[in-house]
Amino acid sequence: MAETAQKPKTKSTAPDQAFEPWEDPNAKPLIEFRGVTKRFGDFTAIDDLTQDIYEREFFALLGPSGCGKTTMMRMLAGFDMPTAGEILIAGQDMAGIPPNKRPVNMMFQSYALFPHLSIWDNIAFGLKREGRGSDAIAERVEEMLRLTRLERFARRKPHQISGGQRQRVALARSLAKAPKLLLLDEPLGALDKKLRQDTQFELMDIQEKTGTTFVIVTHDQEEAMTVASRVAVMDEGRIVQVATPAVIYEAPATTYVADFIGDVTLIAGEAKAHESVVEEVVPEPEVAAPEPLVAAAEGERAPQPNALGEWLHDRLLTRVLGPRKAAPKLLPAPEVAAVVEAPVAAPKAAPTEGLAIHWAAGQPPLVAANAPPDWAGKRVTLALRPEKVAISKARPEAANALQGKVIDIAYLGNISTYHVELANGSMIKAQMANTRRISRRDITWEDDVWVSFSDTAAAVLEE
Amino acid sequence: MRRFSWFNATSLTLGFAFLYLPMVILVIYSFNASKLVTVWAGFSTRWYGELIRNEEFLDAAWVTLKVAFFSSTLATILGTMAAYVLVRAGRFSGRTLFSGMIYAPLVMPEVITGLSLLLLFIGIGLDRGVLTIVLAHTTFSMCYVSVVVSSRLTSFDRSLEEAALDLGCSPFDAFRLVTLPIIAPAVISGWLLAFTLSLDDLVIASFTTGPSATTLPIKIFSAVRLGVSPEINALSTIMIGIVTVGVITASLISKRAAVAQARDEQAAARTT
Repeated sequence: MAETAQKPKTKSTAPDQAFEPWEDPNAKPLIEFRGVTKRFGDFTAIDDLTQDIYEREFFALLGPSGCGKTTMMRMLAGFDMPTAGEILIAGQDMAGIPPNKRPVNMMFQSYALFPHLSIWDNIAFGLKREGRGSDAIAERVEEMLRLTRLERFARRKPHQISGGQRQRVALARSLAKAPKLLLLDEPLGALDKKLRQDTQFELMDIQEKTGTTFVIVTHDQEEAMTVASRVAVMDEGRIVQVATPAVIYEAPATTYVADFIGDVTLIAGEAKAHESVVEEVVPEPEVAAPEPLVAAAEGERAPQPNALGEWLHDRLLTRVLGPRKAAPKLLPAPEVAAVVEAPVAAPKAAPTEGLAIHWAAGQPPLVAANAPPDWAGKRVTLALRPEKVAISKARPEAANALQGKVIDIAYLGNISTYHVELANGSMIKAQMANTRRISRRDITWEDDVWVSFSDTAAAVLEE
Repeated sequence: MRRFSWFNATSLTLGFAFLYLPMVILVIYSFNASKLVTVWAGFSTRWYGELIRNEEFLDAAWVTLKVAFFSSTLATILGTMAAYVLVRAGRFSGRTLFSGMIYAPLVMPEVITGLSLLLLFIGIGLDRGVLTIVLAHTTFSMCYVSVVVSSRLTSFDRSLEEAALDLGCSPFDAFRLVTLPIIAPAVISGWLLAFTLSLDDLVIASFTTGPSATTLPIKIFSAVRLGVSPEINALSTIMIGIVTVGVITASLISKRAAVAQARDEQAAARTT
């Protein structure tokens, strides 16, 4: 799969190299889950799970509610004990060790700030329990206040500050004891979107500065992708895939992952070795370059004569203006800058290798070059990201092109997602950047369009 | 539309008159100069002066305060523990039975509570006196405390305790440093409630008292049987005053806690 190798794979931990300890067979994990199972009565929250997490990692547990991600975190913190299996932190078995004796701190979803204590005392709380000297405590608290930019609020009570500030207090409090491992339970869930994005970068910055290992639980895939070095996608007590955000997005292991992360069109079909079947369906494109925008504009630029106008001209104006021209002049063409080429990804007219996926009667098979040829004969699913699908009015030159009708347009400001219904009723999502103002958009509801994508655009998944 | 129609004003007046007229009359007559309880002879604080010089009444008042203090303190400790366990222990078999049994004495006739306690004290051979009244009052007032405290605990965010544990507290420290300060208003108003209940009680105290310990309600009751003296009016006025202050303080404390909680929640809602 072409996109998987985006980061350089390296066995070295030199600072200029990518941070990938999971690729290093000699690296010692900080956290080891070994065959961990957790049952609540009849319900199995975690099912025989084995996973390593390394020092300095920003590890995200991602999944829908009830997938077991919070249980995993609570077992690390010591609030729940595994039914079977063992959890090791820094090589030490955590069985029977209560939360207050673990080298772990947690940032709670509700922040759990102590309402009767000031911000300063909240941050100092854990340090006081350690029995440090008051000077050492004061110094550390000030340091934490500086790190989270809360110096001005030290004397306030939690109800006197805003939600974003409370979030930072919770972070400062959980980092104050310099834990080996910090657990974050949906830390940004209570913030609005704008603040959440700012805070994500702040979190990454703090994680880098302190060198603490972060494990974050979230159901927000965008958040996981933004902050994490690795993302574990969970479903029903199991980890379905663990990989870097780029791999998770571009090369999902299963249809579940593909569907959970981001927007996707799934097309199931039967793979066959690719023979030049595509050729017979390809009619010669009537427009040489895929330039639907200009084509549309052309119609607008032409004058629109009507019968009455023509009659009036012939009867009244011929003497003054001369005879009426049958083919009138076009208005001047729009400036070249405004003409945007339809974003067809690397058009290849006739691919020679890969699979042809037969997915629906009456539709041309889809060509995928990024799958092992020995999958021929299997049932496969194509996972197609909308931003890799182009939409145009004229038939483009692409490995895969399908004709359909626009049913729905989701306008998101920067991009628009088009829901295109094909002749056989199936839907394909295509995304286009809105590089021009909405009034000039030429594809609209009920339009007949072509959706197209290259032979490597979709991830091919075995069923 | 007027807020008080003729009908509303009347029913309100009648209702409050029904509730408070007896007490108002008692308070007014406590300032009567005459020795005759029913004849008004001018304003005087004479009976309050006489009351202060009456050793018997002062002894009884002292016993009553001691009993109220110890029983309410004991009831607060036990009631808070019971509430904590019932709210926190989660589902265990017989939980409904336990919580039912804690609240049952609330509706138990006092005579029966008093009688059963008397039988118990006789059975184990405990000499009746201040100790037995304290135990008896603790028994019935701890139900009230646990009702007040458990209603606060059910709205208590569990993750606060978990955060305390996570930051290195032992379970007891977590309770002492985090849970208790936060539920303190409920605990204090529970204590005040138990205190006033003990102050008032006549029935259970008269069952469980001995010759050495006479509480104020018992004293008043037995004195009235010999005829109502204006001194009793003065004493009752003082007791009404103490109970009023206690109840108002308790409700103010829980009101303030509720307001603070609402303010915190609003602040949280506004900023999220």
